[in-house]
Amino acid sequence: MAEEISLTIDGETVRVARGTSVAAAILKTGKLSRTSVSGEPRGPFCGMGICMECRATIDGVAQQTTCRRQCEPGMEVVTG
Amino acid sequence: MTAQFDVVVVGAGPGGLAAATVSAEAGLRVCVVDDNPAAGGQIWRGQTESNGRARSWLARLQATQATVWNGLRVVDLAAEKRLRLEGASGGCDLLFDKLIVATGARERFLPFPGWTLPGVMGAGGAQALLKAGLKVQGRRAVVAGSGPLLLAVAASLRTHGAQVAAVCEQAPLRRLVRFGAGLWRHAGKLAEGVQYQLQSRFAPYRTNCWVARAEGAGKLERVVLTNGRRQWTVACDLLACGFNLVPNLELPLLLGCRVEEGLIQVDARQQSSCENVFCVGELTGVGGLDKALLEGQIAGWAAARDAQRVQALQRGLKKQKQFARRLEEAFALRPELRLLPEADTLVCRCEDVPYVALCGRSGWRDAKLRSRVGMGACQGRVCGAAAEFLFGWQKRDRRPPVFPATVATMAGEENNRN
Repeated sequence: MAEEISLTIDGETVRVARGTSVAAAILKTGKLSRTSVSGEPRGPFCGMGICMECRATIDGVAQQTTCRRQCEPGMEVVTG
Repeated sequence: MTAQFDVVVVGAGPGGLAAATVSAEAGLRVCVVDDNPAAGGQIWRGQTESNGRARSWLARLQATQATVWNGLRVVDLAAEKRLRLEGASGGCDLLFDKLIVATGARERFLPFPGWTLPGVMGAGGAQALLKAGLKVQGRRAVVAGSGPLLLAVAASLRTHGAQVAAVCEQAPLRRLVRFGAGLWRHAGKLAEGVQYQLQSRFAPYRTNCWVARAEGAGKLERVVLTNGRRQWTVACDLLACGFNLVPNLELPLLLGCRVEEGLIQVDARQQSSCENVFCVGELTGVGGLDKALLEGQIAGWAAARDAQRVQALQRGLKKQKQFARRLEEAFALRPELRLLPEADTLVCRCEDVPYVALCGRSGWRDAKLRSRVGMGACQGRVCGAAAEFLFGWQKRDRRPPVFPATVATMAGEENNRN
C-alpha cells in the first residue's frame, strides 16, 4: 500500500494514499465539489479535466479542477 | 518563463509519447506538455508501470533528451509559433518550430432526467477516478451508454470491490456481432475484448438497452432502464455512463486546422491544413491505441523530415483507419436517445440551461446567445457534444482561451503563485 498523506477538506483532516487525486479525496469524505448556478450539488463527473464539475478551492486558489491535481501533504481544500 | 524547442508535442498519451520519442531520437529538441499530473493520457492513466507497452514507450522517451512537462494546459496561441500555457504555479510561453497536437478524445455525455444527480458520472470518468484513488467497495453500480469501454469500466469497478448490477450497451446485438466478427483482423484487440468479457462475466451485459432516467433524493438511488419496449428499475448508487468518444478539437480549431465531419484533416505525413502543425490519434478519427502510436511516429519522423520512415509506417495505417470506421458503425447512437431529455432536463451543466431553452433555436450560436448554453467553465465541451447529437448543431468555436485561464496568464505576466 502506498504511503498515506494528510490534507484538509473544509477543515476536516483526511488521510489518503499518495497519488490520490483531490477529486477522489473529496468523494471519500462524502462531500461534493461545488454548487451549480441554480443551487444543485455537483460532484466529480468526467474524471479527466473537461467537465469542470469537480472545481473547488485548493490552497486559496478558486476554481481548480480537482481531478487533475494530486493530494499533497497539508493541502487545504474548500468545497462548495 | 519562456522556452524554445524544435518540436512541441501537446498531449502525453500514446500518440504524443510516440511523436515525442521518435522526433527526439532523430536529434530534435522536443518538449511534451500534458495537463495531467502524469504522462500516459487517458488509456494509460495509472498504468505507466504495469502496462508493458506504456512502460517501454516511456522508457524510450526518457532515454532521449526530450523535456516532459506535466500539469500544464495550453490556453492560447499568443503569437505565431508561440503557445501560452497555464499550470498551478502560473503561466508560461513555449516557442516551437513544429507543433504536434495529440490532445486525444473525451467522452460524449448525453442528458437524461437525473443525469446531474451526485452518483452519476462518466464511464471513462469512473475509470479515471478509480485510477486516481476513488473507493467503491460495497457500492452498487450500473454501467451504461455505448462503446467498447463499458466492459473495461465494469471490470475495473468489480476489481475495486463494487457490485456491478448491469452493463447496458445501447447498440443492437446484430451490429456488435458484425463488429466482433471483423475483429479477427485485429488479433490484439480481440484478446483485449475477451479479457474484459471474462472479467465482467458476473455482470449481465445487455445490448439494445439504455438508461431512461436516474432517480433519487439528492443523490442517485436507482436507474430506470429501457429497451424501447418496456422499462424496469435497478437500484444503484453509482451510474457510470458515457456514449463513445469525441475528439478534443479545441486547440486545433484555434490554430486554424481544417475540420471535416468532426475530424481534423491531415495529409500522409499527419500535417494539418496549417503548415508545421501535425495532428495525431483520436483527432483524425477515434481508433484507439494502435492508430495513435502509428500516427504519432509518422508525425514525429515527418517533423524530423525522414520521408523514408514516414512511408514505411504508412502501410500499417490503412488497417487502423478501417478499425476506426468499424468502431463508429458498430456503436452508432440510436435515435431514441434524442428523446430522453424532458423540458426541464439540464443540457448545459455549467450554466444550468434546460432542454426546453434550446428547442427551436437555429443553431449552436443562436442557442448560445439566447440561453448561455456552452458559455460556462467547460466552454461547451459537454453540452456542445450533446447538442451536436440532439440537434445536429456544429460547435466550431475557435476563440481563446482554450481552457479557462487567469487574466494574468492571458496578459502574459510572469506569474508565480507558489
